Parts: sequence; C-alpha cells; structure tokens
Amino acid sequence: MNSSGKKTNYLNASHTLSSWFLTVDHKRIAILYLITISIFFFIGGLFAALIRLELLTPAGDLFKSDEYNKLFTLHGIVMIFFFLIPSVPAVLGNFLIPIMIGAKDLAFPRINLLSWYIYVIGATLATLAIMVGGVDTGWTFYTPYSTVYSNGAVALTIVGAFITGFSSILTGLNFLVTIHKMRAPGMTWFRLPLFVWAHYATSLIMVLATPVLASALFLLFLERVFHIGIFNPALGGDPVLFQHLFWFYSHPAVYIMILPSMGVMSELFAAFSRKRIFGYEFVACSSLAIAILGFFVWGHHMFVSGQSMYAGMVFSVLSFLVAIPSAVKAFNWSATLYKGSISYETPMLYAFGFIGLFTIGGLTGLFLSTMAVDVHVHDTYFVVAHFHYIMVGGVLMGYLGGLHYWWPKITGRLYPEAWAKLSALLVFVGFNLTFFPQFLLGYMGMPRRYHMYPEEFQVLNVCSSLGASVLGIGYFLPLVYFLWSLKFGKESPANPWGAKGLEWEIQSPPTTHNFDEIPVVTEEAYAYAKEDGKHHG
Amino acid sequence: MAKTSDKKSPLQHHFVHLNQQYDASQMGMWAFLITEILFFGALFTAYIVYRLMYPAAFGAASSHLDITLGAFNTAVLIASSLTMALAVHAGHTGSTRGIIKNLIWTIVLGSVFLGVKAIEYSHKFHEHLVPGPSFSFPLYPGAGSELFFSLYFAMTGLHAFHMVIGIIGLFILIGMAAKGRFNQEYSTPVEMMGLYWHFVDIVWIFLFPLLYLVLRHH
Amino acid sequence: MKIPFSPEQASTIAGSIDAIYLYIVAVTIFFTALIYGLVAVFAVQYRRKSPDEVPGAIHGHNGLEITWTVIPLIISMTMFIWGTVVFFHYARPPKDAQEIFVVGKQWMWKIQHPSGKREINELHVPINKPVRLKMTSEDVLHSFYIPAFRVKMDVIPGRYSSLWFEATRLGSYHLFCTEYCGTQHSGMIGKVHVLSQEDYQKWLETGSAANTPVPVSGQELFKTLNCATCHNSGSGALGPNLNGIYGKPVQLADGSTVTADDKYIRRSILKPADQVVAGYAALMPSYQGQVNEEQIMQLIEYIKGLKETSAPAPASATEV
Repeated sequence: MNSSGKKTNYLNASHTLSSWFLTVDHKRIAILYLITISIFFFIGGLFAALIRLELLTPAGDLFKSDEYNKLFTLHGIVMIFFFLIPSVPAVLGNFLIPIMIGAKDLAFPRINLLSWYIYVIGATLATLAIMVGGVDTGWTFYTPYSTVYSNGAVALTIVGAFITGFSSILTGLNFLVTIHKMRAPGMTWFRLPLFVWAHYATSLIMVLATPVLASALFLLFLERVFHIGIFNPALGGDPVLFQHLFWFYSHPAVYIMILPSMGVMSELFAAFSRKRIFGYEFVACSSLAIAILGFFVWGHHMFVSGQSMYAGMVFSVLSFLVAIPSAVKAFNWSATLYKGSISYETPMLYAFGFIGLFTIGGLTGLFLSTMAVDVHVHDTYFVVAHFHYIMVGGVLMGYLGGLHYWWPKITGRLYPEAWAKLSALLVFVGFNLTFFPQFLLGYMGMPRRYHMYPEEFQVLNVCSSLGASVLGIGYFLPLVYFLWSLKFGKESPANPWGAKGLEWEIQSPPTTHNFDEIPVVTEEAYAYAKEDGKHHG
Repeated sequence: MAKTSDKKSPLQHHFVHLNQQYDASQMGMWAFLITEILFFGALFTAYIVYRLMYPAAFGAASSHLDITLGAFNTAVLIASSLTMALAVHAGHTGSTRGIIKNLIWTIVLGSVFLGVKAIEYSHKFHEHLVPGPSFSFPLYPGAGSELFFSLYFAMTGLHAFHMVIGIIGLFILIGMAAKGRFNQEYSTPVEMMGLYWHFVDIVWIFLFPLLYLVLRHH
Repeated sequence: MKIPFSPEQASTIAGSIDAIYLYIVAVTIFFTALIYGLVAVFAVQYRRKSPDEVPGAIHGHNGLEITWTVIPLIISMTMFIWGTVVFFHYARPPKDAQEIFVVGKQWMWKIQHPSGKREINELHVPINKPVRLKMTSEDVLHSFYIPAFRVKMDVIPGRYSSLWFEATRLGSYHLFCTEYCGTQHSGMIGKVHVLSQEDYQKWLETGSAANTPVPVSGQELFKTLNCATCHNSGSGALGPNLNGIYGKPVQLADGSTVTADDKYIRRSILKPADQVVAGYAALMPSYQGQVNEEQIMQLIEYIKGLKETSAPAPASATEV
C-alpha cells in the first residue's frame, strides 16, 4: 500500500472507497469480481464439505433430509451461477482482454461496472434466500416440484438467478463489441491470443443462451408466485417444456464455464513451452465450433424424459460431434509441447492437471451421449462425476492456473512458488480421489441427490469424502499465500515468465489506462522463435 | 486522470476516435437486441407448443380479446415508430428542437398505448380472465384457455415493461438534448434509442396477430 | 459375466449395455493414456535446459489435424450407432409384453398387476417374460430405475411413460427413484423381485379373493360414475359409443383426427372440452378430482377391452 517513490499503477492511483465502488477501470472491476466470487466459492465449498460429511455414512445421521436437499441445491446454485459462470471471464477476461488486444478499456466501461452491481444484487438476493430458509429444488428448478410442492424460498432464488443472468449477458456483450471494435492497429483476428478467441466464443453463448434461461425463470416465477399454470400439468401445462427451455441455456452454460479455461490453457501451454500453440487456427476455430454445436445438444439431458427416440437420436449424434473440437484442442496442446522448452512453474502444473482431468471429463461425456448407456447412468453419480471433472477438474484448474500465471501482473507481487506447487499437487490428487470413485458409484447405480444410500455404496463414498478433505486443503492454501503475497511477496518485474503477449509488455501492475500509447502489433501471437520462414513440423 | 480536458467532447477516453465509438455503440445495441429476441423467443416457443396442444381453447380465448383496441394500439405504436424515426433524423441534421419535439410525440404515443393496454387489462380483471384461482372462462372451460391468458399476460406484460423502460429512456434523452449534448456529429444515444424503440414495436407486430388474429376463425 | 463396479446383469438388455460401456471404457483408457503419455514424454524430454532457451517455431501440420479430427469422429460414430441400435430396441416394447401399472407419488411407488393385485415399493415380476410398466405420477416428476436391469424412465404427471424389460435372473434388486422429487427422495426406493413364472402365478393368487382385475375395476367405475348414461350405443346417445374405439382414429369437431390412445382417453376424462368428437355437443363435465390416476388407468383398461361386438347396452355388461 505504501506507494511512495513508486510508479503509479491502477491499484495506487487513488485510494478512496468511491474510487473502487464507482470505478470504470476494467482492472479494478476485475478485482471487485475476484473478491466477490472468491467469497461465493468458499460458501459453495462449505456446502460441498457438509454434503461429503453427510455421505460418509449410509444413514442420514448428520442432517435431516430437507436440510441435505437444501445443501446440494445451494451448492449447485452458488457454484454455478455465482462462481463458475463469472469465474474466468469476469476476473481474468475482464482484466486481460482489453490489454491483450491493445485497448485502454472495454468498449462500455460503465456497463461493465453495472454488470458487477447486477451480479452483486442477484447474489445478495440468493444469499437472502439462503438465510430465510433456503431452497430445496436442485439447481435445475424442475417443475412442478419447484412451483407447486417445494416449501423453500424458491421465488427469491429464481429472482436472484434471473438478475445474475443479466450480468452475464452484459459482460458477454461488452466482450463481443470490445473484441470486434477495440483491437489495436495490426491486431488481426488470427493474431489474437487464443484466450481472446475463447472469450469471443464464450461471449456468443452468454449473449444468445442466457436470455432463454431468463425467460424460463420468468415464467417459472409467474407460476410459483401467482399460482397460474404454465408448466404445471395439473393446470394443463407441460413440465418437459421447462426442461427444454432450461437446458437450452444450461447445456451451453457448461461451455460458458469451460471455454474461458481452455483459453487460459492455450496461454499457459504457449508460455511455459515457449512455443506458438500448435495448429493455432484449429484451436481458435474449435472454440467457435464448440460454441455453435453446443446450442444443439441440450436434448441429451432428456433421453429418459419420454422425448421421441428420433429426437434423442439427433441430440445424441450432435453430442458426439461437439466432443470432436475438444479432442482437437487436447491434441494440439500436447503437440505444442513437442520440441518446446518446458518449465514446470505452478501455472504449468495446473495446465498438466487440466489436460488430464479434462480428457477424462470429456471422454466420460461419450458415455452420456450414447443413449443406451445414458439410460443406465442418467441421474446417477456417474453424471455427477462427469460434470465435476469438467467443471472442477476443467474450469477450476484453468481458473487457478490463470490466477497464478497473471497474479504478478494483477498485483505486482510474486506468490511463493513452493507452496503453490504443493497446492497444485494437492488439488490434483484430492480431486481424483474425490470424483473418480463417483464414476464407479454411478455405474453401480447410486442415484444423485440421495441423502441416504444402501450400504454397499459406503466404501466408495468414504473414499470420495477423504479425497474431498485433501481437495479442500488444496483450495484453501492459495487463499492464504495469495493474501500473504500481497504484503510479503517479492515485487514482480513486468514479465516474470519471459512470456509473449501485450500484457507482459506493460508494467506490473499496469497503469489505469494500460497503454500510454496504443501499441501497433506487427507479429502473430506467441512469436517466441524468430520467424525463419514457415516451419512445418 | 479520467476527466477529459474538454468536458464537452462526447469522445470517451478509451476510444481512439468518434467513429470507433459509434461503431461500438451500434454493435452493442444490435447484440443487445439479439438477446432480447431470444428472451421473447422462449415465450413465443411456449406459445407455439401450447397452441398446438390446445388449438380449440386457444381459438376460443383468442376470439375473446378486444380486436378493436388491439388494432388501435397497433396503429398507435406504428405511429410512434414514425415519430421516433423523425427524432433520429433530427439528430442527424443536428436539430435539437426536432429531437425534443419528436421524442415528446413518441412519449405521448407510447403512453397512449400503455393506457389502452391498461384498459384492456382492467376488462380482463372484471371478466375474471386473469389466471389464478379466480379465473373463469365459461365459453371454454378447461386448462387451455387459462394457459392462453397466462401467456397473454406474460407476453404483453413483458412487452409493456419494455415500453416503460423505453419511455424512461426517452425522458432521459430529452434531458440530454435540452442540455445541448447532441449535434450533427454526435447523436448516437438518440439513434440507439431508436433501434430499441423499433424493436419493441416489432415485438408487438408479432404479438398482435399471434394473440388477437390468427386463431379467430368462424 | 459380472464386471467389477457394476450391478448384476439381470435383464436381457443389461449385457448389451455393459458391452457398449466396456467399449467406451476401453476408448477412454486408450485416449487418456495417449494424452497423458504424450504430455509426460514431451514434458520430460523437452524440459527447459537453460533459462534463455528458445525452441524453433512449429506452426502446425494439416495432416495431423485431419488425423485427430477424423479418427475420433469415426470412433464416436461407432459408439453412436451401437448405442442407438440398442436404445431403439429398448425403446420399443414387444407386443406381447405383460402390462403392470405404476403410479409414483411423494414418496412411494404404487403398483398394480393386471389381476388387480397391488403392492407398494415392491415389484414382483416373472422371469423370462417381457414386462411393460405403464407409469404416471400423481404429483411431481419421478424416475423409475432398476440398476440391475439397466433401465430407467421418467415418470411424469399428466403423461404415460413406459418402460419394459425381461428379467433373466432370479433374485431381489434395487428400485430407485432417480428424479429428485422432494424431501424423502432418497427414501423412495424399493425392491424388484424376480420370481419363476410358477412362483409369480402363485404370488398373484395369494389373497386373490380381495383382488379385482384391473378392467373389472374400470368397469365398476364406469358404472358408479354413470358413464353409460351418455356413452352407450343407443341411437340417441349423448356421447360417442366407446365400443371398439381403442386404437382407432377419432374425428374431432374441429376437423382434426386423433388416435384413441391412452393419452386421448385420459384427457377426455379430465378435460373433455379440449377434444370434442365430431357430431357431439361438448356436454361432458370434467372428472378431474373425482378419479385418481390409478382409477383412470383402470377405466382405460376397461375401455380398451370393449369390443365392437360387445353388448350394446354397457349397463348390462356385468360380465365382460
């Protein structure tokens, strides 16, 4: 905090409270997001810990059933709407996209601040819902349970999720326009860092899918509050229609979560092997392919809901197709390492972890796309394990990897490397211990959202809970050493990794306007090697 | 630091020139309208699904809407699009007076629309056509008609909400125009508001036939 | 036969689903090993040797890109085709399957066999005989899941869904509700007992005096609700004649045609105004609230059994 004799930067430019809460600087807004989503991450994590504690024994001996149901519902809602969806885009994307494309800010700085306030309002309402009694519908809000039968604070939670959706829409819109209109001279589309490409694809989904969820939640709200029939079968409605509208958003939402982390991965693999990403164009376009195909696979959540088997067939084949661009990415990242100069700093350890966990997460998606197998594993722990491999193994590894990588840029301080390596290891081991047994539980037939379970499932559940405690330590460590580094960490130079990219060419932390003069870009992304003709290996 | 030396200049600090700023605003507005299309799109989807499920009930309920008031409102809204377009044109020619005059007309027409809508709503209240426990539609008992009215209120209500937001925006624009913020080079906010207003009109152009007209057989 | 970490294979379809599962497991292991292996080998072999080392540029290789697009595509299409073939088999119940009626409600499964025998949270089925469950819910969404049979189907209020299986192994197996349905969701479980065909018959007959076969219950309801007042084959009948109607097309007043299936009959009982038969006035009152889901199923079974040649005046048809 003592900035005497130091260069001014965006952090020490002003110190008043209003300079933070009314800031339009994308970097300060990123910090605001960082703090708020971290709070929600640990709230959601606490719920997860309690769930795993309860599942140590087959009998429901720690919580009552309705309390347990509230725990898993809140875990899902908090983690998805208030942590995972904003995580990489709102913190790292917000901070980095303008810098990476050579702009002074996002296209609409005030709307960016507005997004944060909308997020805070939505999150506050949801927190209020937790305090006035919680909600027990599952994060999926399926009707008619959510609208007619549940006694929880459903309406308030729906309003919270609805409002937060607009934060996501506005962020996506801001990114889209920024990437289209704010690129520095010479920053052509195929010179963009892949992080930016990934966020471009993400923004498309945010803008196109989120309003449909908003609409579905709006109708759900009307049904719940005014007791009218929109989805309620007793009043002539169709509960499966809600599922269609819900998954039209919520399946692409998975890509809202994972694509930005894939973008982080591309940056990490390039920086720590000092190589351009192998098949750059293919990796860039695969993000778009995922975003586009991702809109047409929602029906694979409804293979056993009685939808026509021909509809199921179409959704099944499209679900297989969406796996291909993800495979392309994984292969290209591995090939990037070939003949590289690879170092093993913490962010790269997260990248190694990511590629492994994401591969398993992605491949287990094939079981669920295969209709015959999905009939058996649908709504079992197999599904729980699969999406945690994507959303925790994938998204969170990407988020943590990125946070470590850009921490020196964001704060101007270096984090303690040894501790960070330890936490990366704990996260990887703990994660696999927690979630791998759940694949087995799922195939054995243990349904999800079960407060009590038959005894034969206990051994694997105990494994899972033990793993979760290791995972918990792994997540708690960074909180400690990141905070520690703010005061005691070594000061970081502008480019501690020797990495390429406009963000490493400006001081750490950057000034309020990023660039004194808009840079002119003359080379492609990740131009580590001096260009010696076209090398095709 | 953030304050620009020339307070009057509409160019924000992070843009290089006005053209870039204008392009960004325009693209932003279009992207926003696309999200709006999807927002209404889910409601239209629900409408289509239930109409296929309950064609007869939807027909009976639809025939019960007041086509005269609906048609009148459609005309009013189209007229308001005209005055909005004139305001945008006045912005291009730099006529602050023209902007204010036409925006006031747009507000008047928009308010007339909302007034007529309120009359229609109050009729429905008196006739027990508001979905919920007291709903009754003796012409066609059964679930379908209640679903029709649920969607009628959800869709027209959401549309009216967009009108209200629009009218608030128009008032803000009048305030900005009165302070002399617009000139020949810069009237982007008026233009963006124009896009929004036309979009809200177009939504109605879909709502009117779907709710009032297409199921009116006999 | 039994693969580790999987429930017993106790139905005709279990083996084929496990086979696809093992195939995808093999693919998963192969590709996971491939990616992990590549990363590990490269990471060690090309580790940074000096701080200012800069490797040569490699842009990409179109041949490789095509290879790792096309091969996964082909492999995934084999999964798709295999999975779809098995699923289509699963989705089409055999014609001769024996029907059992299931009603889900918070938080129990109510089951009735055609002979009228009822049970709760238990399902007795004969071995080596296709069984089709006709299911609906009284309240919220449920899902009927028997892991050992590898079958699952959502149970949806206001709709009939069906699930079929043919048990191949004697024993008792888990029955779970897998669609979250509220507080006691995890308590909405039961057992499926596979009996030999003789034992099943014997089991059906225990206490058979108290059991009324489902169509007969439907017929009794038909009488107590006075359905025949209008639905008779008399010339001036106020309602359409129901004899032989099941499965046949019905001309509606609005000009459209529907098939008189379970869904249509259910809706005609609960919301008669929605689909009025051509030539009849919309006089029928709704029976919503007067009949429960089980009774509607019984009525449907009764109507199903009405042959065109049945006695003209159903009021006298006491022994159909």
